[in-house]
Amino acid sequence: MRAIALIDCNNFFVSCERLFQPRLEGKPVVVLSNNDGCVVSRSQEVKDLGVKMAVPWFQLKDLAKRHGIIALSSNYTLYADISNRVMRLLSQWSPDQEIYSIDESFLDMTGIPDLTQYAQTMRGTIKQCVGIPVCVGIASSKTLAKLANHVAKKQQRYDSVCDFNAMSSPELDALLAQIEVGEVWGVGRRSTSRLQQMGINSVLELKRAPAKRIRAEFGVMLERTVAELNGEACLELDDVTPPRQQIICSRSFGVPVTLLPDLEQAVIAYVTRAAEKLRSQHSLAGGIQVYIRTNPHKEKYPQYQQAMLLPLFEPTNDTRLLCHAALGGLRQIYRSGYVYQKAGVMLTEIIPATARPRTLFDDVAAQQKSASLMSTLDRINRRMGSGTVQLLGEGISKNWSMRRGNMSQRYTTEWDELAVAS
Amino acid sequence: MQAAIHSLPAGRTAPGQVPSRQVPRAAHGLLSLTYPNKELFHRQCALLRGAVPAGFPSPADDYVEQHISLDEHLIRHPESTFFMRVAGDSMRGLGIFDGDLLVVDRSLPTAHGCVVIAVLDGEFTVKQLLHTAEGQVLRAAHPAYADTLIKPEQDFSIWGVVRWNVHKV
Repeated sequence: MRAIALIDCNNFFVSCERLFQPRLEGKPVVVLSNNDGCVVSRSQEVKDLGVKMAVPWFQLKDLAKRHGIIALSSNYTLYADISNRVMRLLSQWSPDQEIYSIDESFLDMTGIPDLTQYAQTMRGTIKQCVGIPVCVGIASSKTLAKLANHVAKKQQRYDSVCDFNAMSSPELDALLAQIEVGEVWGVGRRSTSRLQQMGINSVLELKRAPAKRIRAEFGVMLERTVAELNGEACLELDDVTPPRQQIICSRSFGVPVTLLPDLEQAVIAYVTRAAEKLRSQHSLAGGIQVYIRTNPHKEKYPQYQQAMLLPLFEPTNDTRLLCHAALGGLRQIYRSGYVYQKAGVMLTEIIPATARPRTLFDDVAAQQKSASLMSTLDRINRRMGSGTVQLLGEGISKNWSMRRGNMSQRYTTEWDELAVAS
Repeated sequence: MQAAIHSLPAGRTAPGQVPSRQVPRAAHGLLSLTYPNKELFHRQCALLRGAVPAGFPSPADDYVEQHISLDEHLIRHPESTFFMRVAGDSMRGLGIFDGDLLVVDRSLPTAHGCVVIAVLDGEFTVKQLLHTAEGQVLRAAHPAYADTLIKPEQDFSIWGVVRWNVHKV
């Protein structure tokens, strides 16, 4: 039988913070999204207080005061480094891995004997080596593995590892009957309410639903989900993530922005970041889109949003050329008299650098110069910390940048932010 | 000519020359005759001229080894290795000074007498770990610091084992 495991890190962002701030252990902790907006990670203590995911922080201030909830700004540099460590360790436990998100990974464990014990040993290794607690769900399809992980996390008697394949089918069905249909991977909020109208409330009821009817009502995707719930693996592990076709970098401002020079700085900063990503996947972009918008939630203020796609003269990954195009677009769409809340850039028509179309008018010398300048820039910023060398237009003091009031140190990627032991 | 270029040992290009893998494909072929960029064309020529002597393989070629890497030497398990900074002089007797850089491996088992990063009441501390009849003891390497016997009710754990100390001379 196929054995697919889904490994999910528990309260991943909070766990990363606790690794380097052990005094947060046992305390109610949340990590907030960019600009300290909403809750994106909750410790068990906070979940026990009934705090839901994605709740705006300002709504929690009273509860936080009463229970001493500690709120941290998100430190994605740290989380990405810890995630990479977890994923590399996990890859040693199976020949086939799909990294599904920053804190989730599928592993193919078909053919491994005594899987529960194997998974427990793997769990222990991850905890010891990187200090991150994980839960493991094992089943014969990815959709079931996701549910097995849900059970491993919620039901203490499984001790963080739940193997559906080790259960008898009445035993498994009894378990699936207790889980709401909305927990199934790929069943969104809208489908959930439509399924409920059809009388399908539990996972078991969806599993037993006639495939034809599901297909007629919801399409092939959900029909496939039903097959997966019946133990038929329809979704394979994608071992290599294809290079991204679009790269987006956009953020809300920490403070409202009205002036063009501030927007220009922000756009340059976002292009810089997007171009770094583009170069790290050895690609070129053929076009760049820039957009700005006001805050749609502030209805009293005049609203404006506009985007512009700018084709590039030739595909490039040179920050300077991309910035030049983006700024040209920004100046055309900018209107004074609005309070802007967000800007962003998107790189499009992405091709591998090796597939650059050659033309008679290519200035190869300039292309080489650009490539070596950019790789030098990337090397310096990698070694000395990001932003060591930047375009001056990005500005030195960024008065538009994100609010990150309570961000921890970048313990694993910056020399002067290491943890200290006395 | 091309064969001569490829026999150059990797990473041994003379100063001022372009490493062969950076040479655009067009420059090798017919197109290079009409190549619009004079400067680049001359550089390519220089490269080709310079490459000819290397047609006779260097007798040292077989002995080219990789660079030695301090990272590889200090870090046996990259996934579980973390760096930490020392504050204070409680470990100076073991050659660990204020401001030093510790290479900490979380994957290693602890043993009697090894230097560890411990978490004691929520704070990191670097000390020598001793297993005694009374229980686990954290010992500083400094006469002014007394041993700390870990009490069962205390919030205590071992965070990692210190493998190396990097001290600036």
